[in-house]
Amino acid sequence: MGLSALTISEASTLLHKGEITSVELSQACLNEIEAARELNAFSWFDPDLVMEQAKSADRQLSNGNAPSLCGIPIGIKDLFCVKGSPTQAASKILEGFKPEYESTVTQKLKDAGSVFLGKLNMDEFAMGSSTEHTVYKPVISPWRSKGSEKPLTAGGSSGGSAAAVAADLCLGALGTDTGGSIRQPAAFTGIVGLKPTYGRCSRWGIVAFASSLDQAGPFARSVEDIALLLEVIAGYDPKDSTSYKGEVPHYSKYLTGDIRGKKIGIPKEYRLDGMPGEIEEIWEGGKAILKDAGATIVDISLPHTKFALPTYYVIAPAEASSNLARYDGVRYGYRAIMDSNMNIVDMYKRTRGEGFGAEVKRRVMIGTYVLSQGFYEAYYLRAQKIRTLIKKDFEDVFNGGVDAILTPATPSPAFALGEISDDDPIKMYLNDVFTVTVNLAGLPGISIPARLDSKGLPLGLQMIGRPWQEGDLMNLAQSIESNVHFNHKPQRWW
Amino acid sequence: MGLSLDEARKVAHLARIHVEESELPDIANELSVILDFMEQLNEVDIEGIEPMTSVTPMKLRLRNDIVVTGGDKDLILSNAPLPEQGFFSVPKVVE
Repeated sequence: MGLSALTISEASTLLHKGEITSVELSQACLNEIEAARELNAFSWFDPDLVMEQAKSADRQLSNGNAPSLCGIPIGIKDLFCVKGSPTQAASKILEGFKPEYESTVTQKLKDAGSVFLGKLNMDEFAMGSSTEHTVYKPVISPWRSKGSEKPLTAGGSSGGSAAAVAADLCLGALGTDTGGSIRQPAAFTGIVGLKPTYGRCSRWGIVAFASSLDQAGPFARSVEDIALLLEVIAGYDPKDSTSYKGEVPHYSKYLTGDIRGKKIGIPKEYRLDGMPGEIEEIWEGGKAILKDAGATIVDISLPHTKFALPTYYVIAPAEASSNLARYDGVRYGYRAIMDSNMNIVDMYKRTRGEGFGAEVKRRVMIGTYVLSQGFYEAYYLRAQKIRTLIKKDFEDVFNGGVDAILTPATPSPAFALGEISDDDPIKMYLNDVFTVTVNLAGLPGISIPARLDSKGLPLGLQMIGRPWQEGDLMNLAQSIESNVHFNHKPQRWW
Repeated sequence: MGLSLDEARKVAHLARIHVEESELPDIANELSVILDFMEQLNEVDIEGIEPMTSVTPMKLRLRNDIVVTGGDKDLILSNAPLPEQGFFSVPKVVE
């Protein structure tokens, strides 16, 4: 096993003891990134910049004043502004954009001493569930079905982040989750991914998709690593008016393994017709583990679940159409080539027509439609009311004493690239059926690998927690992790 | 609910997205499928329900109205597609 396959906590221990250096560790990651170009996980990286940071981390480590993530190589989704590094949100419309500022969460990672490895591929503007809708090449999962060479999706929209962590190209990664974009890719690639409570991490400096749903969060190979990363990236930021002012707990201390007396809800609405038997089995398996560890399992109902997807697909495109209005070809990014007889509106239209990909255009148009005069009340206002009801479903359950909710993370294992055709957007949207409710209700959710299916592909469980209770949630997730012993790695073919 | 070609053309215009006439039938179809999917929302009784304005129970914070940044003209223009003499440039707007 190479150094890049270490967990963050293992690597940290070795770094602090002086048994390895960040230069060695970062070089190991760079070698893996080079060797895995076929996966298209990284959209951009600069070996010199990586080495410069690693050397500086090694100096801090030897001086004995090293911060918590000192020397740990981390990959960053292309949605985060990293000062001086290309930031494109995987879109042609941000071609050439190099931010002059740093997002709050990547700044926090830098302040904690981590090494920024490069930018990770994603669906354009985080709109997608397969990382096929990207201006770069589609991300190819490191996982393959037994006996098949067919390229599979690593999920989306944070598919590059998931593939990079699963293939040991980095020790951890940042992603964002608007409807499942951290939890679904984590489930498809056999790793852990957390979407924090809305407001837990600052959104400042993250390219906006749907502002009332977007949250940044970590990917890693263990729950403990997730806790280490969240401790760093969480926290109040005056630059994000929706960021939470409460204290950031010392999350690692929550991982006690003691979940006795916790009440876990099993929502009956998440049992879908035609759900694969193996998904049913991991769900049962998860229940059994939590019960054996001393938790109480209760059946619950979240009656408005079935309306979550259509609600999401009104609200998210509406917010996107507004957020993406800024891409006009004037201040940054791409501008269409102009004829001398074109006016300013032609410039906007050409720029956006050429700069946005098909799925982004579709969502911007849907969003424009549902916000337009005469339709606002029928679609947008109605969806915002139903969102209130969806959130109330969760509040009622939590008020009834439930501590967390257990569900499958996805309705199926990873599918093949190209399998879900572009003319069937709804089929792609159905990937988010178990995750999207969590964003609508602003709750924390974590995806944990459960086991491999009969084809050798990872399946994941999701746990949903009370607002701001990420610590308890990770403790529960860790009790599943330590019982399923998921130690599978994709077989290296790249 | 089917979207007509005229409606699709109008929504593309409102969204300031150029589409070719030949693309309109496909766009109208795709948008119609999505709007049909949203029709389910009409099954929900929303009588007396407040629309959500904030997913976490917090008031939007106000900050002091003071200047904290400024004088960054070069930084602001550094990513502009065609900056001219310290300004963003656009096609002629006033005839």
